[in-house]
Amino acid sequence: MSAVTLPAARPSRLKAFLARAFAKPAFVTGFAILVLSLALALFPGVLAPYDPLAFDLDAIQQGPSLAHLFGTDNFGRDMLSRVIWAYSVDMQMAFFATVFALLIGVTTGAIVGYYGGIADMIFGRCVDAIITFPFLVLVIAIVAVLGPGLVNMYVAITAVNWVYYARLTRAEIMAQKANDYAAAGRVLGYSDTRIIFRHLLPNAISPVIVYWMTDMALAILLGSSLGYLGLGAQPPAAEWGVLIAEGRNFLMTAWWMSLTPGIAIVVTGLGFSLLGDALADLLRPKGR
Amino acid sequence: MEKPVVLAVRDLRTEFGPAAHPLVAVDGVSFEVREGEILGLVGESGSGKSITLRSILGIVQPRGRVFGQILWKGRDLAALDETRLRAVRGREIAMIFQEPMSSLNPLLTVGLQIEENLLAHTDLDARARKARAVELLDMVGIPAARSRLGDYPHEFSGGMRQRVMIAIALASNPRLLLADEPTTALDVTIQDQILRLIQSLAEELGMAMILVTHDMAVVAETCDRVAVMYGGRLCETGETAAVIGDARHPYTLGLLRSIPRDVPPRTPLYSIPGAPPALSAMPAGCAFTARCPVAGSDCRDARPPLAALSGGRHVACHRLPEAAAFFSAREAAR
Repeated sequence: MSAVTLPAARPSRLKAFLARAFAKPAFVTGFAILVLSLALALFPGVLAPYDPLAFDLDAIQQGPSLAHLFGTDNFGRDMLSRVIWAYSVDMQMAFFATVFALLIGVTTGAIVGYYGGIADMIFGRCVDAIITFPFLVLVIAIVAVLGPGLVNMYVAITAVNWVYYARLTRAEIMAQKANDYAAAGRVLGYSDTRIIFRHLLPNAISPVIVYWMTDMALAILLGSSLGYLGLGAQPPAAEWGVLIAEGRNFLMTAWWMSLTPGIAIVVTGLGFSLLGDALADLLRPKGR
Repeated sequence: MEKPVVLAVRDLRTEFGPAAHPLVAVDGVSFEVREGEILGLVGESGSGKSITLRSILGIVQPRGRVFGQILWKGRDLAALDETRLRAVRGREIAMIFQEPMSSLNPLLTVGLQIEENLLAHTDLDARARKARAVELLDMVGIPAARSRLGDYPHEFSGGMRQRVMIAIALASNPRLLLADEPTTALDVTIQDQILRLIQSLAEELGMAMILVTHDMAVVAETCDRVAVMYGGRLCETGETAAVIGDARHPYTLGLLRSIPRDVPPRTPLYSIPGAPPALSAMPAGCAFTARCPVAGSDCRDARPPLAALSGGRHVACHRLPEAAAFFSAREAAR
């Protein structure tokens, strides 16, 4: 009897998921923040009111006003425009600092998780070795060797960060491997590659995706920290960490120079976190 | 006229753990399966019947060592490497499991899961695979097969999922089906349906089958021949009717006596005393010694060979006359 109604239910699966998602305030807020951030990142030229690099020596360190909502910096540059232009840099950081770690980590984790044995032991020791170092210290050390700049920063973060994705994926794959459908795949004569990437990984990936969301927020913080320390994006490029660093000498006289990019970091980070949390809730298997 | 032998297992031995002190899960097991025949492999939990099946396909986890010969159409599967074995698995020999709930990938539609097998083992194009998937679901008795291709496993009941498992296993026309307690997790009424389905499919497709079960009733209903396992060894083999009607080994006798058959209500059933020996404490002689009502001191030390009786039957026991006398006396006492 149900066979008659079920085919119609197919396309609505995604719809049902979205309906559940948009019923969650956390998801809606996170989603809205990220859509806005993405818009600012993609079209800063359209949305920013001023040229972020244009000096206006008649308007140095002016407080927030209608003409300059976020005030101006010590060269008279409009802070709002600088914060908006920084979106493209920081959103890029969120993506590029994590996506390679995600790809490398998931692949490695899936393979060692499936095969176990010696590969797994070697992997475990490598992970221990990397995790022993404080994250930021290790990244700073690598950037110091490679030289400052965005690309080197991505390399440094990826070199450390993939480990966390790999650990998570490994554990999930090991749990999935214990299921009968993995054994069934072997019995049916499927290749290992097929079992790992077509059958096990899709079942193991949702915690990784959730972690990725949170990690993008962390990547912005990390990128800003490195920018602040002068190891990431280089002035005069607008980047939140760089902006905060520029403002730190004027905290008493022009607090908005550091505060406004700080707020941008917090809000964007919050967006990623809220979305990650909401996804974790939505993807968590309910008791069947 | 006897049909040709498709699978011959010779002195199969599967062990785990350190090579110096191995835990032997399957020990000196030999049997044959003929074309189109259903062989029942019976025994209680831990008797090594599932490990025997898994040894045939080379999927003994974790890291078991398999010795002996597994002759499949003249080739020794035990000696094949993983790549060649993979071409046999699923294509020539398929297997279905006990747990239909977890044996299907929860994220792929059943249609895609059937097509996975076709993709791995046939040259069919996408359209033909889909048509074949419908045909298979139809064959295993899933109503409105075409419209259910796009459904996920959780949208099927347990019995229906086992049917889907069977459809997947049969997708590439295997010549031998290994069924590892395929009905244990199902309701009794569904069990019966699935057994009949398997039986009729095997007959229709001329496919041989090894059915692992702990249920003598299932054997009686389904199998042509039966092999009784205890402690990793075979203790009795033969035609189903002969073994069930005229069991010789004390273990088989005990098993059969523990099933209610033609007895008045409230008759206490026979139960075999004790529990099966641990793999680490297997006696040198007959594995059943500790629980056998007629065991003597020689049973503990000397391993009884699987000796041929008349009618193609084999029994491994030192004390056949005593066993027969013991159980017929019990029968008479009732």
